[in-house]
This record gives sequence, C-alpha cells and structure tokens, in this order.
Amino acid sequence: MNDTRSPLQSFLIYLGAFLILVWSGGPFIWQFSTSFQLDKALTSGAPSLIPHPFTLEHYYNAFVEKELHRYVWNSLVVALATTLLCLIVGSLAAFALSRLNVKGRFGILVVILSVSMFPQIALVGPLYLLATNLGLLDTYTALIITYLALGLPLVTWVLFGYFETLPREIDEAARMDGVSIPGLLWHIILPMSLPSLVTTGLLAFISAWNEFLFALAFTSNIDRQTIPVGIANFTNLYYVPWGDIAAASAVVTVPLIVLVLFFQRHIIEGLTQGGVKE
Amino acid sequence: MTAAATVPGAGRPQRFGKTLPSGLWALLLLAPAFVSLASVSFYPILNGLYLSLTNTSLITQDQDFTGFANYTQLWGDAQFWNAWWHTMWFTFASTTLETVIGLGMALILFEAFKGRGLVRAAMLVPWAMPTVVTSKMFGWLFDGQNGIINYMLLHLGLIDQNINWYGSTSTAMTTIIIADVWKTTPFMALLLLTGLQTIPNSLIEAARMDGAKGWITFWYIRLPLLMPTLLIAGLFRALDAFRVFDLVYVLTGGGPADSTETLSTLSYKVLFSTLQFGYGSAVSTAMFITEGLIALVFVALLIRQIRRAQ
Repeated sequence: MNDTRSPLQSFLIYLGAFLILVWSGGPFIWQFSTSFQLDKALTSGAPSLIPHPFTLEHYYNAFVEKELHRYVWNSLVVALATTLLCLIVGSLAAFALSRLNVKGRFGILVVILSVSMFPQIALVGPLYLLATNLGLLDTYTALIITYLALGLPLVTWVLFGYFETLPREIDEAARMDGVSIPGLLWHIILPMSLPSLVTTGLLAFISAWNEFLFALAFTSNIDRQTIPVGIANFTNLYYVPWGDIAAASAVVTVPLIVLVLFFQRHIIEGLTQGGVKE
Repeated sequence: MTAAATVPGAGRPQRFGKTLPSGLWALLLLAPAFVSLASVSFYPILNGLYLSLTNTSLITQDQDFTGFANYTQLWGDAQFWNAWWHTMWFTFASTTLETVIGLGMALILFEAFKGRGLVRAAMLVPWAMPTVVTSKMFGWLFDGQNGIINYMLLHLGLIDQNINWYGSTSTAMTTIIIADVWKTTPFMALLLLTGLQTIPNSLIEAARMDGAKGWITFWYIRLPLLMPTLLIAGLFRALDAFRVFDLVYVLTGGGPADSTETLSTLSYKVLFSTLQFGYGSAVSTAMFITEGLIALVFVALLIRQIRRAQ
C-alpha cells in the first residue's frame, strides 16, 4: 500500500496525523504550562508556552489553601474500593454468563448494557432520598455502592467478551480432573484473564475517579467530597483562579494519563470489543 | 443440639461445589450483580416514576398522589421546553460532528505512517481526563479576556475583538459543543478504526484492480460496510450526549440567561435547589422517555441497514 502513495497523499496523511496530535495533546499541554506561570504572566496579554518566570505558587495554593490532598484521598478510597468490588462482582457474573449455560444469556447481557444508558439524573433523586433514609449521605459507602452499579455493566461486558475467547476445552479438561465450578473460575479462568482484569479494573477506576453528579449530590463537605467536586468548587471571591485550577487539573490528570498511556493497547482492545462487536 | 447440627455439615464444604447443580451456581454467581443493578438502577427508575405522580417536596414535606398534575404542568412549562430543545440541539450537533470528524481521524489512522502508535496513544488523553477538568480547561482556553483562543484568533486576524465565548447567550452553547467534541471525538475515531479494520482488505484490493479511485472505494465499499459500526457508535454517543451534565454545570451552570440549560441541569436544579422531588422526577422521567425514543430511531435505522445488506 505504501508504494502506491503519491508525495501529496503522504503529506496529507502526516499533516492529518499532526493535527490529531495537536487536538489531543494541545489543550492539556497549555493547561500544564499555565499551572507553572504567575497570574501576572497569564493576564499580561502576551501568552507564552514556556513558563517565564517559573513558579510553583499555584501548586502551593492548591494543596495548602484548598487542601487538594484531602479530595485526592477521598477519591482514592472511593475509586479503589469501587474497582475491587466491580472486578469481584463483574467477574462472577461474566463467568456465569460465559460458562454456565445460562438460558437467555444474551438477553441478560443486553439488559445489563442498556442499564448503563439510563440517564443518571433520573437515578439521583430517588437514590438521594434512599441515602437520606439510610443515613448514608456524606459517606464513602453511598458513593461506592452507586459507582459499583454504574461501572458493573461495562466491566461485566468486557470480561464476558474476554472469557468467551478462552477455549472451552480447558473447562472440560478441568471438569474431568474434578475441579469444582468455583475452582474453575478461581484457579483457571481468572489467572488466564489477568490482562483483561487489569484493563477493566482501570476502566472502573477511571469512571469512579471522574464521576461528578452523584458525588455532588451525596456529599456536602471536604471530609467526603471527591476531586471533581473539589475542582468544580475551586473559585475565589473576586476572580477565577485559573492558575490554581490548572495546578489541580495537572495533579489529578497526569497520573491518569500515565496509566492510560501505559495500558493503551489493552484499553483500546477491551473497549472496542465491548462497544462494537458484530 | 449443636453437636448434632455440626456432624452432618462437617464433610460438606469440599463437596458443596461438586454437588450443587450448575444452574444454582449460575444464580448464585449472578446474584450480586443483579442486586446491585436492581437497587441502584431499576429501583430508582420505578421510584422516580412514582414520585413524578406525587407532589413530594422536601420543603413543604408534602407527599400526596396527584396523578398527572406534574406532567400537565410540564407540558406548559417554557423552561422545560427551552431545556429540551437545547438538549436535542446539543445531542444532534455534537454527535454529528463527532461522527464526521471521528471518521476522518479513523481514516488517517488506518494508513501506515511513522509514529502511529504515539498518535493513537495521545488520543486517549481527552477521553481519560475528568469531565470537570475538561470543563475548567475550556473555561480557561475560551476565557473572554485572557483566553488563548481569543488571542490566537485575534492575531490571525479572524476576529477583531475578544469574544465572550461562554459568557454571552449567542456563543455559550457553541462553546460547550466544542468542548464536548474535543473530548469525545478521538475516542469515537478509535471505535471507528476497529470497524475499518474488520473490513476485508481483499474487497478494496479487488476494487483497486478494477481501476476504482480512492474516494470511490471509500464511498461504495468502506462506508456501506462501516455503516453498522457508525450507527452503533452513533447511538451510544447520542445517548451519552443527551445526558450531558458535568460540562454544562461546571462551565456555565446553564447560563447565561438559561441559554445553555439542558434537561440534566434543569432536573438537578429542580431536585436540589427547589427540593421539589415530585416535579423534578417528572422532568427526569420525560428525559428518560425522550432518550428511549432516540434509541428507537437508531435501532430502526440499524435494522433497515441490516435488511438492505441482505
């Protein structure tokens, strides 16, 4: 294919690729650069990509004045617990659907997937009342229970897709050797599915880490508020602290980007297999 | 008693797995997922449906059944229809742009070139970023005074004075659409790319042998074969765009002058600012119904597409 390309075609392809790169990376690079610039430089009317003078003032403000680390801690607790639960509950369900001859399993999968399309705003009111009655407002528990259900459809769907690719002869051989059903899952299927577990875990983690609506509704103080709520409330009385916001954005986004770039191949495979099959 | 009870149970734990029929195991393993989805997804939908038929309010403490009173009020509520149209416009504009631009990106990525892996990895950045951060980031990029976008447009001579992007009623919705298109297009492109990769290369080679030009093979072979993928990706994208909340709530809060109010932000305000849970549930139920209709349109298109293919 390569040799049939004219110089113009090659040029257009590289130009297109460059534009995609700028599109994807440009805005965040500017945000990152902003986080190291003085307010004075940001409002001078002559923006520069290289911070000059370089400052860590915004990071100081974000952590000392706005106590960003407390939001980070809350987000970590909630997102890690959600990930763990999603993987446990999701792999049990996906295993049952893939290996145990459940009747109407595709119907069940479609129902599970369509749940993830429900408008979340339709869930938040009744769940808020429920959480109030159970005394669960301003707790990690309320967020974790909610995020488990929100993450479960995708996790189940992707793990199911992966389990389906494992040859069934393994099951039969294991059954012959007298391995029980839970043994089959625990000793054979799960160890073979580690790459998929890592990807789905990452997906569950990202969705919990980024969730805003329920965190906004269910929590009202910094003891339990997660990062998105914290950043949304990052305002000063008389002006918008763009530099501080940029610093906070960098702190919560850079680790995600590193994780995602590290696992990118698996993520794309996992998601596309879940999203568009057939 | 206790001794008698433990003796028959003693040998059981190991045999448990072997003796339980696999049907029961399936139920047992599916149970946690069902409990979770039933209590956090199905119960609230049904409860919301019920609440929408009551005048529940956390301020007056009322909780009486009022039939369709909320829906009658909704039908004549200009604010609701204002939000409804905004949401439909947002969904239509962002889904269309994302599909078209995403297809363009996918076609570029489909070609072999140096650094393709890097480009593909970079495309995950907008997707992974928390939406709240995206929203704040666009607030800064499109800032009316010191935003870099205004600066660049001014210096390119495309505008002659700063635009107050999300601070003015005429451009606020456009700014939000741009932010959404930025965030979701690359991911759309990656989905479409996998669709492109499933099209057998032999078909395109054969067409090329027959002397078909690049755009003809695209229009008559790739595009029709990609149609199901496009429709499914479009469906998921549209349903997701229809629920837009974070972007709007953080960037404009529905303003200025309600010009970016969407159904999700309106519901949220009715629920949590005025605490009218009855009326707020009617708004979100109406939203649920609209979303169902959007899904139906896509499914109908998809079925027609599949029929035509046969």
